[in-house]
Amino acid sequence: MEFVWLIFLPALAALFIPTLFRRVAGIHTGWFVLIIPVVLFVYYSTYVPLTASGEHAVSSFDWIPSLGISFVSYLDGLSLLFTLLITGIGALVVLYSIFYLDRHKEKLGNFYVYLLLFMTAMLGVVQSDNIISLYLFWELTSISSFLLIGYWYTRDGSRFGALKSMMITVGGGLMMLGGFVILGILGDTYSIRELISGLSDYSGDPLFTLAAVLLLFGAFTKSAQFPFYIWLPDAMEAPTPVSAYLHSATMVKAGLYLVARFTPIFAGSSVWIWLVSGIGLLTLMWGSFFAVKQTDLKGILAFSTVSQLGLIMSLLGAGAIAYHSDDTLFRLAMFAAIFHLVNHAVFKGSLFMIAGIVDHETGTRDIRKLGGLMSVMPISFTVAFIGGLSMAGIPPFGGFLSKELFLESMVALKHFELFNFDTWGILFPVIAWIASVFTFVYSFYFVFKTFTGEKKFDKLPLKPHEAPIGMLISPIILAVSVIALFFIPNVVGKWLVAPAVMAAQPQLYSMPSEAAVPVHAWHGITSVPMWLTVGVIVIGTLLFTSIKKWQPVYGLQPEKLSLNALYDGVMTFSEKGMNKLSRFYMNGLIRTYLLYMFSFFSVMTIVVLFAKGAFELDMNSLSPITLFAVLNSIVAILGTGMVIMSKNRISAIIALGAVGYSVALFFVLFKAPDLALTQLVIETISVALFLLAFRHLPALKTHGETKKNKVVNGIIAGGVGLSVTLVALSAHSNKLVASISQFYKDTVHTEAGGGNIVNVILVDYRGFDTLFEIAVLSIAGIAVLGMIRLRLSRKESDDEKE
Amino acid sequence: MKKNNVILQTTAKVTFFIIFLFSIHIFFAGHFAPGGGFVGGLLTTGAIVLLLLAFDLETVQATLPFNFTVVIGIGLLLSLGTAAGSILFNVPFFTHAFAHFDLPLFGDTELHTAMIFDSGVYLVVVGAAITIIQSIGGDE
Amino acid sequence: MELLMAIVAGLIFTAAIYLILSRSLIKVILGTGLLSHGAHLFILTMGGLGGSSPPVLADGATNFADPLPQALILTAIVISFGVTAFILVLAYRTYAVHKTDDLNSMKGNDEHD
Repeated sequence: MEFVWLIFLPALAALFIPTLFRRVAGIHTGWFVLIIPVVLFVYYSTYVPLTASGEHAVSSFDWIPSLGISFVSYLDGLSLLFTLLITGIGALVVLYSIFYLDRHKEKLGNFYVYLLLFMTAMLGVVQSDNIISLYLFWELTSISSFLLIGYWYTRDGSRFGALKSMMITVGGGLMMLGGFVILGILGDTYSIRELISGLSDYSGDPLFTLAAVLLLFGAFTKSAQFPFYIWLPDAMEAPTPVSAYLHSATMVKAGLYLVARFTPIFAGSSVWIWLVSGIGLLTLMWGSFFAVKQTDLKGILAFSTVSQLGLIMSLLGAGAIAYHSDDTLFRLAMFAAIFHLVNHAVFKGSLFMIAGIVDHETGTRDIRKLGGLMSVMPISFTVAFIGGLSMAGIPPFGGFLSKELFLESMVALKHFELFNFDTWGILFPVIAWIASVFTFVYSFYFVFKTFTGEKKFDKLPLKPHEAPIGMLISPIILAVSVIALFFIPNVVGKWLVAPAVMAAQPQLYSMPSEAAVPVHAWHGITSVPMWLTVGVIVIGTLLFTSIKKWQPVYGLQPEKLSLNALYDGVMTFSEKGMNKLSRFYMNGLIRTYLLYMFSFFSVMTIVVLFAKGAFELDMNSLSPITLFAVLNSIVAILGTGMVIMSKNRISAIIALGAVGYSVALFFVLFKAPDLALTQLVIETISVALFLLAFRHLPALKTHGETKKNKVVNGIIAGGVGLSVTLVALSAHSNKLVASISQFYKDTVHTEAGGGNIVNVILVDYRGFDTLFEIAVLSIAGIAVLGMIRLRLSRKESDDEKE
Repeated sequence: MKKNNVILQTTAKVTFFIIFLFSIHIFFAGHFAPGGGFVGGLLTTGAIVLLLLAFDLETVQATLPFNFTVVIGIGLLLSLGTAAGSILFNVPFFTHAFAHFDLPLFGDTELHTAMIFDSGVYLVVVGAAITIIQSIGGDE
Repeated sequence: MELLMAIVAGLIFTAAIYLILSRSLIKVILGTGLLSHGAHLFILTMGGLGGSSPPVLADGATNFADPLPQALILTAIVISFGVTAFILVLAYRTYAVHKTDDLNSMKGNDEHD
């Protein structure tokens, strides 16, 4: 079976959702949707043994072969890991949403359509080998994310958040497209695999670094890296299942996927290594520090996600270093990155679901109003506890293992001797450690401020109680996975992580087993990461207990200097600035616009004609002038002059008619009987038409046109006339290609069975033109009828009443 | 515009038929000699406009009780149908067919699907032009 | 001949553009009417005016006029009729609503975008 089609399965299923939602009212639509990710998850799981042996599977179909664009489903360790995350977490999130979203109150039809659309987009991103189709799916994730954030579109916050995420991620996506196009031109292919294998041919090109930077814009905006992270906290306006799914487990990881996928191409570039690891580290620090400032449960999780994404990003940057050194010390980072990515998806998913449950059962997400929920929501508390401690990096939970690996990789960085790492490398473990302390603090802040402490139930909008069991299933499954990850890390490492690492660093390994790093919970008493963790726990506990004393520090940052203020400022400025700019040249007068167009037209035509030497006048090919033609020309010119000069409408119409009849005479002279006939009849009907319509129009007035205006009009008009004359002459003298007319002349009798070539062209050779033309004529007729019969303007009908 | 111009009205009655018949002739001649759907349609329109000038809108409407917007629709469908009909014979859109027939009275005649297409054009031209003129003329 | 016709077409264009740029709605309509005449002559001239017989198969005729521009113009004539009618009605409806045919006073503003 061509499994590339499976990418489109969710989108196809989405077609039936609205009908199901409307017709089958008795069953929550989510149950139907649930089938899709479950089936996909099971199907894709069967590929795990294949990728674990270092192989890959490809399935493709051509989309636009002439441009080298195709849909490819390329399953190797990396894409399979992401695919399983997307479908697995997807299934849990859909299950959770069935209980979270009320089937009577919510527009489930819309919700699940967007969600399934997102699923297709995301599968497409991680499986595409063709970068153009990757871009397509990439932007589709932005669009579906926009729709999901704006799901409650009556709320201002939702619309603002949706627009903000769209502006930032689509903007980054466009930059990424630029990078893709450069890569495609340099490597002469749009296939990622071919780009990797042909790397040595183009990696020295000066545009190569530019491509890397542009691509990183895409990855950083999508993965909410500093300074683009600002859309993610606002995206929390989305329903919680969406936040759990898109904005922590999958979509924001697309940027990480992109970086991992392109590591084999760009790892040689120092710019890439510094940007990825540096920005990642900065984001990690920034996110974890500001997470403690938040008062909204989902806000804390949003900043925590930002910070964790930064962590993985910096690991990916460090992973690229493995290309520059034989020391196996540096091979740890990529493994740690992928491993933490799995960990994060699992524990953050569970935490988001808990935040949703708290919101659902208490009616608020404001951490200042919450407290002491442990007694009424014991199961939720347990799940939150497991997830939170995993996030904080405390054993026995999965997050501890990857946090250790992370610290170890960061410590290793100071041993790297290229690209100034020997001087600046020391910063990495230091910042990483500080960020880990804050990670510890916000994890505790999230779990214990909500579930322990003083009970303030009377201040809550709803009376809190434990969530229904259905809503708890998904977080419980995730929490169990968190613990499982601690006890069987090497199984996960062997089957999922190592194949992904090998896919991200194909030049380094020939078998996934070589990429697998044995993960141990206990490193011995002398290991540096172990003592760092101890330090985190000690300092973290101190900071958490004294949180009230130092939290006011966040008040010191003035609101005006924040990145959000910058974003708002840029938005308002560009809106106002553009408005001003367009007001400057668009003054609402048709004459002004026409002046632009006509002067541009005539200047361009004349300049190009002479600059390119296109003007040519072949005196020999001219046909002889006849007396009739001269006389008729005089009539036409006189008539034209009269149209301009005439002071009243009737004489103008008559003059216009005279010009029309002289044109008909020209048609006779130039052997065009069809045209002559048509022109004569049309001219007659037109005169009648003008006379009829002028009953409704005022007398001819000049409206006090100034002399200056007239002169300008005259000059522009003369320019247009001149360019028309020149073009007509050079087009006649300069026949670049043979006219198709000869073909018509030769075949009119044999092929089309006609004798009048003009008519046969109209009804047969170019029948399409005629078909559209009569369509236009019909539209004109119906539009006239509409304008007259229907009084479209309310103002006017009011006027008529008066 | 109630005017009792007997001479004009009498002439118009006669000339209307002459022009109309001529327009039909021009229309059918189109494939081999100058003419065709456009000219034919416009000539018919001209004939009707002449009637409009000689009489008035209501009289003409009573004499020719068509809804001309429907005429537009019929014409469009006819043309599109001819073009699309070729798909039924498994040839590309817009493939015309023609053949010679020995008809009584006319003798050897070439019949052509392009003719049907052209009659669609004819109807659209008449329909649209008359719709326009009737609407403008009828607007007070 | 082509030289003469090109100049005639150019002059008609000049007059048409001059009218279209004026402030009076009626003049603009007259201008568009002229413009279509100019365009038809323009297309015809570009194709060449040399043919000695109309593009209709007949005994002994070989030097046909170019049929392609003629077919294009035929379409254009009918279209321009439709467009002229449309503009005419648009113009007088505008006049009925705004009570003016001065384009300067029909300038759009923020309230009526």
